[in-house]
Amino acid sequence: MALNPMALDLSGKKYANVAYEEKERLFDEVKADDRWHHVLYGCYECGICVAACPSARFYDFSPRVIAQAAAREDVDLMYTLMNDSVWDCSQCFSCDRCPRQNSPGQIITIMREVAVKNGLKTAKEALEGYGRIIYKIMSTGSQVSPDMLQPNAFPDWGGHVKEISDNLDVWRKALPPETLHTTETGWKITDKTIVELYLIWHMTGVMKLIEGVDEGLFMILVDVMEERLEEAGYDDISFD
Amino acid sequence: MIHLPIVKAVDRKFEANPDEAPTEDIRDAVLQLEKEGEWIVPRVPEPYMEEKTKFGRIKKIPVEKTWHHKSCGQCGHIPGYSTSIFWLNRAFGLDYHDPMDQTSCTAWNYYASATSNPEAQAAVALRNFASAYKSGYFPVIHCGTSFGHYKEVRHALVHQPELRRKVKKIMEKLGMPMVMPEEIIHYSEWVLAMRKRIAERQVIDMSMITATVHPACHYHKLIEEDAIYDSEIYGAQRSAIITSTLKALGITVGDYSTWFDCCGFGFRHILVSRDFSRSFSVQRKIEVMIEEVNPDITITHDTGCVTTLDQSQFAGKAHGKKVGLPVLSDSQIAALAMGAHPYKVLQLHWHNTDNTRFLEKIGIDHEKMWAEFQVEADKIKRGEMPYLTWEDAEKK
Repeated sequence: MALNPMALDLSGKKYANVAYEEKERLFDEVKADDRWHHVLYGCYECGICVAACPSARFYDFSPRVIAQAAAREDVDLMYTLMNDSVWDCSQCFSCDRCPRQNSPGQIITIMREVAVKNGLKTAKEALEGYGRIIYKIMSTGSQVSPDMLQPNAFPDWGGHVKEISDNLDVWRKALPPETLHTTETGWKITDKTIVELYLIWHMTGVMKLIEGVDEGLFMILVDVMEERLEEAGYDDISFD
Repeated sequence: MIHLPIVKAVDRKFEANPDEAPTEDIRDAVLQLEKEGEWIVPRVPEPYMEEKTKFGRIKKIPVEKTWHHKSCGQCGHIPGYSTSIFWLNRAFGLDYHDPMDQTSCTAWNYYASATSNPEAQAAVALRNFASAYKSGYFPVIHCGTSFGHYKEVRHALVHQPELRRKVKKIMEKLGMPMVMPEEIIHYSEWVLAMRKRIAERQVIDMSMITATVHPACHYHKLIEEDAIYDSEIYGAQRSAIITSTLKALGITVGDYSTWFDCCGFGFRHILVSRDFSRSFSVQRKIEVMIEEVNPDITITHDTGCVTTLDQSQFAGKAHGKKVGLPVLSDSQIAALAMGAHPYKVLQLHWHNTDNTRFLEKIGIDHEKMWAEFQVEADKIKRGEMPYLTWEDAEKK
């Protein structure tokens, strides 16, 4: 029988060459998160989370397996899941229906954060192609912009996207709220607002997370942000 | 096969008693922290409306003096969504503020990529709340994800003094106060609370329309006890959001078995694993709605839901799936019912799935209306007018 290439390998063989101590270190980091004790209380194995989970219908993915592995403190399995499973989650939090009050979706959120913080190769792969979105939100303060509606970006949305793209400038001006006459951001955002956002990125260390998963993107963002901060009088701020 | 009787949710009624609520009322803790000098708590401006949440608690919903926390996805890709919210406010002559000192909540990126952390998330939320406070207006959140996420931020800030300390330091450096509003309000709660006033001003009969409703996950699954419930709607066994509004407009709401499922958006999936979003949206939502209800339209109340349910149908059509169901937000259908222009206000040309049959069924001459929009668009194109004004959009 042919192997399903999408099947999740839970045998432990795939990451057998990774030192147990390294896997344990990452799991300890997950458990050290302030949210940890509010997202896992045990597991009845009832499967309600799986029944409610959209990703479980289309991927070899199970929020129950994640809650179980976390509750059992199965270090090897948690490492496998952190690499090969967490990015399938839809983050809808349908699994919050858990009668034990677990939130597998929130466990996954913490695991993803640790994966990114530690620059895991699988996290980098999962975020490939996502860089332009990170660039947009980090640099403009608005995640989705009208000029993203390009036919080559959304070919599966049909010719309608080309029509929008062809008429973008006029159609944006044909919006009654004046704040919406923009194409590069969702709405008009003041310079002061953007500078404050950059200061938040600086003070919370999130740029280091970006550096861990996409160094090229990090460098572009640093250039944009440092220049703008300098113009605003913050010439002593560096993200390096 | 054993055939079990199907008990419909509507057959049972749940009357909640707030004294028996199984969860804390976080608003008490928010007010306590105000007494302790941790933050400022702007009150919901009076006169306000009242609706019940899951455990029978009262949620105050402002009528006006509202600060509109816009949604990046709505403003960017389905701008008639936000425009309709503003149009409704204008139609009632209400005082509102559409700020430029507002960022996205950044939660979409966080749920998609995890390239953020709790301090940054909380600081972004509180910066926006402080901006609203400074303006003298009360925040109303347009995006379901921002709404759910901000409630999670509130929960974290209340229960984690260390996080509060870190964010306070950031806010001090920004020269802004720590602000946590008395209530966190989603715009669809405002639409719901205004439903009788909207129905009084209704000029388009919608009694021949059947709709399905998709409640947004981040509205009723994140901090679920804060969502609006009503014992007259589904016996209060699921949120009354949208359904209450549609019933007030005379629309028949059809129930379908996958109502609890998400739309397929998936945050990172809609952008980089799009096959999942398309398939889930069509197979678990649109096809089920059509097979079980055959509605004229489906109505939802969040950015990603409108986008995914609407845009995914193109690929579904190519695969011969049962699709072709128009998707609108509750703000759009409420504005349409009150006579808003389908293109100048609802901006339906940004939507993908054909909605002309629906418009015809409620007696709207969409060809004439589109021609009216085109006249204005051509003027803009020729440089004869800089942009479409509210007055242009509102003239009859």
